[in-house]
Amino acid sequence: MKIMRTIRLSLKNIKSNKLRSALTMLGLIIGISSVIVLVGIGTGATTNITSEVASLGTDILTVSVNTDQGLTLDEVSELSELSGIKQTASFANVSATVSKGASTGSMLSVLGVDGNYLDVRNYTLSAGREISFIDLDNQSKVCIIGADVSQDLFDNENPVGQTIKIGGDNYTVIGTLTEQGSSMGTNADSMVLMPVTTAQSLAGSDEIKSLYVQTENEDTVNLTQLATENYLKTTLDASSDEISVTTQQSMLDTMSSVQDTLILLLAGIASISLLVGGIGVMNVMLVSVTERTKEIGIRKSLGARKSNILVQFLIEALILCLLGGIGGILIGLGVGSAAELLGFTFTYSLNVVGIAFGFAAVIGLVFGIFPAYRASCLNPIEALRMD
Amino acid sequence: MIEMKNVSKTYMIGDTEVKALDKIDFQIGKGEFVAIVGPSGSGKSTLMNMLGCLDVPDEGEYFLDGIDINNSSDNDLAQIRNTKIGFVFQNFNLLSKLNALENVEVPMMYKGVSAGESKRLASAYLERVGLQDRGKHTPKELSGGQQQRVAIARALACQPQIILADEPTGALDQKTGREIICLLKELNAQGQTIILITHDNHIAQQANRQICMIDGQISEEPRL
Repeated sequence: MKIMRTIRLSLKNIKSNKLRSALTMLGLIIGISSVIVLVGIGTGATTNITSEVASLGTDILTVSVNTDQGLTLDEVSELSELSGIKQTASFANVSATVSKGASTGSMLSVLGVDGNYLDVRNYTLSAGREISFIDLDNQSKVCIIGADVSQDLFDNENPVGQTIKIGGDNYTVIGTLTEQGSSMGTNADSMVLMPVTTAQSLAGSDEIKSLYVQTENEDTVNLTQLATENYLKTTLDASSDEISVTTQQSMLDTMSSVQDTLILLLAGIASISLLVGGIGVMNVMLVSVTERTKEIGIRKSLGARKSNILVQFLIEALILCLLGGIGGILIGLGVGSAAELLGFTFTYSLNVVGIAFGFAAVIGLVFGIFPAYRASCLNPIEALRMD
Repeated sequence: MIEMKNVSKTYMIGDTEVKALDKIDFQIGKGEFVAIVGPSGSGKSTLMNMLGCLDVPDEGEYFLDGIDINNSSDNDLAQIRNTKIGFVFQNFNLLSKLNALENVEVPMMYKGVSAGESKRLASAYLERVGLQDRGKHTPKELSGGQQQRVAIARALACQPQIILADEPTGALDQKTGREIICLLKELNAQGQTIILITHDNHIAQQANRQICMIDGQISEEPRL
């Protein structure tokens, strides 16, 4: 029996029961589209984070110190002299409100930084100048502000040369950052950067507890990591628990493993809805077999073998699932694109689409085989007697 | 061509054994037009299922065209039904979703005849039963007599050795019924072997030979 004829026959049967077929497919459409949307958004988030980490540079070590007494600025510059280290960038968080006139900046972070910070983080200025040695030596009350801060406090005016209030003191804006976007949980656009020495005097301490170390060579980043750890341990007399020196790669690995788990979880949830859809297909096919008992009897009396009947019903289930699969893929991609408009990153690969389509086919086969087998085993005499 | 030797078939209905066929013995030769006649419950439906290879005997032997039906597999039986037997049922048993032409094509599809060839043959058979202009009509759009003609065209489709007609006039009015019997007689005149199962003696008289069944046994035979 020619397969094309069987396919045409199946399409005829599916069409003659439009509502039922559509409802059956709906289960699969929901399942497949949720797989595509959830996995797409999941991988989108991963891609985002990966590119953020990569943009920070794989030659960067993030150092944080948890000892009672942090590093002094002199010790930091001693550290930066170690071989393999290109430069260090110290920074310290400042908790203070920022305001200009009546408007208070919200959701922004104030950071004391040294002269290397912008270079290490790959931030660039859109206007003005960087923090200089003189600013650091004099603990000058100057600051560089992020793009959003500039927008909030100065609207469209040029902020360079103007003053803002940080924690009650006046600071002169010496520069603005170009728009950076959020990265690794820090948003440069809502930052206010002041000399780290000024920040220290504000906090009444002279210790540095966090800094970035930029290595001279990406390939020796692990060696430099060890050297840095050793230096910190001896200088601060600290244990391994009190200091942490992490490479971007290890952060990347941690994050991607978290993301992978998340994607698996999402795919798992979506698969459950696919399973339910598959059971729906089986249910409908069983009903169909019962309804068409007479037809099966007639076909058998006309010479249909068991395999003919089996293939006919299996193909019908398969087509139902594949149509549902195609519908699910289209709707999934549609919803994904809509999510992208809402600000999610949605990525899909032909792999995922292919796997979803294959999954639909497998469901058709797995859940179609039992009803098809039942149909093929009907006794023709009893089947013919049905009405 | 058909040879039944001591064929018996027993059914269990609840706890009671019902002997539907009790040591049936007969032969039917090529080109015959035989009526199997008997009241309902006489076992003629069982006999017809047996002849049509839808069922196999419990005891005895059945040879069709030299093939031992008892020792045939399910697939063999399907192939025999496909190529050696053409069924004509009381209720026509056409597939309602297919049109007349497609209905006639069904057995050829299972035989493996190519799509083009089966289409050509199907219209030829429809023409043979006088329905050349009804090929695109679905069963619902055809009268009972026309449906039965389509069923006969379908029965002819694989050039079977035997046409098995089970009460072919049972669902038709007298005039249409006569026309169907005439059609069967015509086919027989062209050499087609026909076995007609009926409870109606009048119709049975139209055949060349009658086999009467009562209580699972053949009561008289032959009677010209």
